[in-house]
Amino acid sequence: MTTKLFGERVERREDRRLLTGIGRFTDDLGHDAAQAAFVRSDFAHARIRDIDVSGALDVEGVLGVYTHDDLQGGFAERLPLLIPHRDLKAPRTQYALARDELCYAGEVIAMVVASDRYIAEDAAQAIRVEYEELPVVVDLEQAVGAGPLTHSDAADNIGAHVSEMKGDVEIALASAPHVFKWRFRPERSASMPMEGRAVFARYDAGQDTLEVYDSTQAPTGIRAGLAELFELDWDRVHVIAPDVGGGFGVKVMQFYPEEVLVPWASRQLGMPVKWTEDRREHFIGSNQERGQIHEVRVGVDAEGRILALDVRFLHDTGAYCPYGLIVPIITAAQLPGPYRLSNYRYSFWSVFTNTVPVSPYRGAGRPQAVFVMERVIEHVARELGLDSLDVRRRNFIQPDEFPYDVGVSWQDGGPTVYDSGDYPSGFQLLLDSIGLDRARQQQAEARAEGRLVGLGVGCYVEGTGIGPYEGATISILPDGTVSAATGLSTQGQGHETIFAQIVADELGVPLERVSVTTGDTRRIGFGVGTFASRSAVVAGHAMLRAARSLRDQTARLASTTLEVAVEDLVFEAGAVHVRGVPEKSVPLARLTLVSNPLRYAYGRDARLAAELAQRAYAKADRPLPEGSRPGLSALEYYSPAAGVFGYGMHAALVEVDRRTCNLRILRYVIVHDCGRIINPLIVDGQVLGGLAQGIGGAFYERIHYSPEGQIQNASFMDFLIPYATEIPPVELHHLETPSPRNELGVKGVGEAGTIPVPAVIANGLSDALGVAIDHVPLSPEEIFQLLHPEPK
Amino acid sequence: MKPAPFAYHRPGSREEVDQLLAQLGSEAKILAGGQSLIPILNMRLAAFGHLVDLNHLAGEPAEPAVAGDELVVGPLVRQAAALESALVAERAPVVSQALRHVAHPAIRSRGTVVGSVLHGDPAAELPAAVALLAGSVRARSRRGTRPIPAARLWTGALENTLAEDEWVDELRLPVRQPDDGFAFEEFARRSGDYAICGVAARVRAADGELKAAVAYLGMGGLGQVHALQPMAAEEIDGPGLRSALTEAVAELDPGDDLHASARYRRWLALELGLSCVRRAAERALK
Ligand SMILES: Cc1cc2nc3c(=O)[nH]c(=O)nc-3n(C[C@H](O)[C@H](O)[C@H](O)COP(=O)(O)OP(=O)(O)OC[C@H]3O[C@@H](n4cnc5c(N)ncnc54)[C@H](O)[C@@H]3O)c2cc1C
Repeated sequence: MTTKLFGERVERREDRRLLTGIGRFTDDLGHDAAQAAFVRSDFAHARIRDIDVSGALDVEGVLGVYTHDDLQGGFAERLPLLIPHRDLKAPRTQYALARDELCYAGEVIAMVVASDRYIAEDAAQAIRVEYEELPVVVDLEQAVGAGPLTHSDAADNIGAHVSEMKGDVEIALASAPHVFKWRFRPERSASMPMEGRAVFARYDAGQDTLEVYDSTQAPTGIRAGLAELFELDWDRVHVIAPDVGGGFGVKVMQFYPEEVLVPWASRQLGMPVKWTEDRREHFIGSNQERGQIHEVRVGVDAEGRILALDVRFLHDTGAYCPYGLIVPIITAAQLPGPYRLSNYRYSFWSVFTNTVPVSPYRGAGRPQAVFVMERVIEHVARELGLDSLDVRRRNFIQPDEFPYDVGVSWQDGGPTVYDSGDYPSGFQLLLDSIGLDRARQQQAEARAEGRLVGLGVGCYVEGTGIGPYEGATISILPDGTVSAATGLSTQGQGHETIFAQIVADELGVPLERVSVTTGDTRRIGFGVGTFASRSAVVAGHAMLRAARSLRDQTARLASTTLEVAVEDLVFEAGAVHVRGVPEKSVPLARLTLVSNPLRYAYGRDARLAAELAQRAYAKADRPLPEGSRPGLSALEYYSPAAGVFGYGMHAALVEVDRRTCNLRILRYVIVHDCGRIINPLIVDGQVLGGLAQGIGGAFYERIHYSPEGQIQNASFMDFLIPYATEIPPVELHHLETPSPRNELGVKGVGEAGTIPVPAVIANGLSDALGVAIDHVPLSPEEIFQLLHPEPK
Repeated sequence: MKPAPFAYHRPGSREEVDQLLAQLGSEAKILAGGQSLIPILNMRLAAFGHLVDLNHLAGEPAEPAVAGDELVVGPLVRQAAALESALVAERAPVVSQALRHVAHPAIRSRGTVVGSVLHGDPAAELPAAVALLAGSVRARSRRGTRPIPAARLWTGALENTLAEDEWVDELRLPVRQPDDGFAFEEFARRSGDYAICGVAARVRAADGELKAAVAYLGMGGLGQVHALQPMAAEEIDGPGLRSALTEAVAELDPGDDLHASARYRRWLALELGLSCVRRAAERALK
């Protein structure tokens, strides 16, 4: 009996290898490969006067030392701008090896390849770079004001200015009973996956082929780009993402310098070359996110209904903008969240600074957006003497308003139109779960004792599952197992499990019989990548379609074999049965065999196939009937016309310890809705992991830049990722509002848990302390300063 | 993050260590648990021509022992072993209390007690506990052995007074007296981190009076012990203790860093000190 696996708490099949240390990551491969190390800029802004590599050449075991002068053709040009945009007037990307100007501390200057990493680092240390220091700009406001130029040949530091409006904000503000103005400042942070980046490249001169193992979220893109750079046919270039130890966005960026240089060195030297990023390199060489400054004007009526919202924000894109304007566009489009804004205008400036480049990090511009919007709600309530929960209720988009058009563009270039949701019900469930009356009473009692307890709430909408497309190829193998592959790669989310669930359901085979391969261009060359909480939605439907097409093929074959109509067939327990006649069935394995006439009876089952072929010849038939092909396999793609929008709301009861000024989270409740749930266990894991990362973003993880552009906490001693001990117990509730935009009714969930947490914690602390908190992350030091301001 | 080249030595006896250090001088560095030294080498914050690995010394005790009225801790006693030791909990409870705040199990199972004391991080727990107890280390070399009391062991952050050819084969801690009460408190951003501020306290109940002493961590110095004016038991809960501790905190010279300003650290020192001394007093009076 095969039960339906969709919706079941199926255990993650990848966990056995990942949790017992037998996963295979890029660094587990190529033990005999030569290894690369890099010389990176000491300064945030400088011109290279001279590079003296002679010290490195003298080190025994060094195989190659390279600077920009050694690169030719495409390799010597700037790396590609991944996502162009019509308003991105002054885009900048970096060179694989810096040519003359260095624009952030960490920018790659030279590469050393040696017989091992130790020697490579010794040699890298022996390279002398003579710098001419240039003025540095780190602060966003200085960058748009009178501060120095990030790029000395640019007119200013503004890469792009984008603005859109729904309704008419000026008119609405002019007539609004109350107009307020506030400023908010989410700060710079970083994804920090457990595994850094890694590249292992094998160029085969005889075959003129290139095989690259890359800890990337987007192997298909890397493959296409490398093929172009190397001027090789796609067929000659393959990219594989083996096990990847977390990505969170930082690995979706395509063409970090090392990704180009390591394969290049492999061809140059005619030997396999490998590079595994260490944590120090990750801090200064892998992209970051989150830094923005918002100025908000809001017009409201006496009940707190938002009549107009006007947001102007500066987005820190770091020294380069390889990922275009995706992050600020998402911030702008998702800022309204679950609230009905009839008049909404945003204007943002994407600003260059002499810091590590910026590209999406889990949440991708949304934690900032939600922080701003949810602080606005709290401010409005405070100004008008209202309950902020009521203000939220009054502004929610109602369930009968879907599809709901936010009125501004989405990151894919289309309109931002929500597909479905029920925000008021979700909110009510949240308040019921936290026990609002009891929580408020608890708070009042605590306050009476002099304790500082606050309630924080935050709501978000998350656009997920965008295109362009993903594909899936599925075959039934002669042993009856099913082999499925998709182009996007996995970073531990559980894709192997959920894709197998979808395929197993469709073909009526037990889960164990389905194997799933991700991120291997040798299996499927077309695909996009893992980002934007899109894999379950987009690749999930590609799997569904391929499985269905395979099922149709199989059914046609079975109907001939069993001599019944296709409609009378049931797929179950790895076989095709005649409905109502369970003993009349044929296993999938057998069907694969009979579809594949053989000359050689290599084994017992293969005899049948060989006999079939002989029988066909005896009748002077083609063994493989016209229009058919051997084996059972299907390749299908899914391309959604628009994304799908999940949502959720979090509440926390927090306390500030008066003695230590530290944050304590007393209760934490999550309600979230990602449409129909394929696997609740995995969704729980995604949401809880997201929450932990969100708590990092709220109270721990912040990249501290000095005014000179140096990261002052570039290690796990000082960049504080919360441990399990810092994550509170969580109460988690799922709602399932199916998406009408796709057959499974699913929406993405990968980023959801992270998004509202900074807003929730800031709201809770603001409530506990009775002060406005308008930047994140916070810290005990800041709470101390708020409670005990320096005497003037 | 790979270290610069070094020669590796694996002596089998204390005498061999003496020999190697005499030979190699300032080029040599002792390697114990490696939990502080190896990261320093990997990040190339320092480089040494020779590492002398203590981990293969024969016959070294794995656990602390009592000799007379002292607790003796050998150079290969791991922090985990000391934390699990009933002897330590009974004879030097403040060391057990401190160890609970030192890092995480993986690090404690490798890191040594002596290594932490000699490493001399001002934010580390064990140096404060050792200072509070007025412990000492035995420095040895081919020239002989000499005791170094905690008060003279550290000259500053990550600096100790061992000569180039010296190393330590024993930490000695006076065992508690019957009327001693101890407590340890700290504040760190995350559980197991080095302290932003911490305090170790001893209260000795004698002749109807309480004599308290405190040692801080994360507050700049190393090895300082502040003896408070003797006070009556009632004063522990009154303003007397606060003013005594305010004086002690005034002697500290904490710095500002990314995680805490000096002003915040002083606040923590006072707040943690109050509850820490009170808890120690309760224990002393029990
Ligand atoms: C992630 C992490 C978190 C940590 N958190 C904390 C914490 O919260 N609190 C804390 O106190 N520590 C912490 N530590 C440090 C840890 O406690 C170290 O183990 C300890 O400080 C050093 O002990 P070790 O045996 O590892 O010494 P090693 O690293 O081997 O050596 C440290 C220094 O002591 C010298 N040395 C060691 N033994 C001798 C000897 N017998 N004679 C002479 N010199 C010697 C070495 O030459 C070296 O200079 C942490 C470490 C890590 C990696």
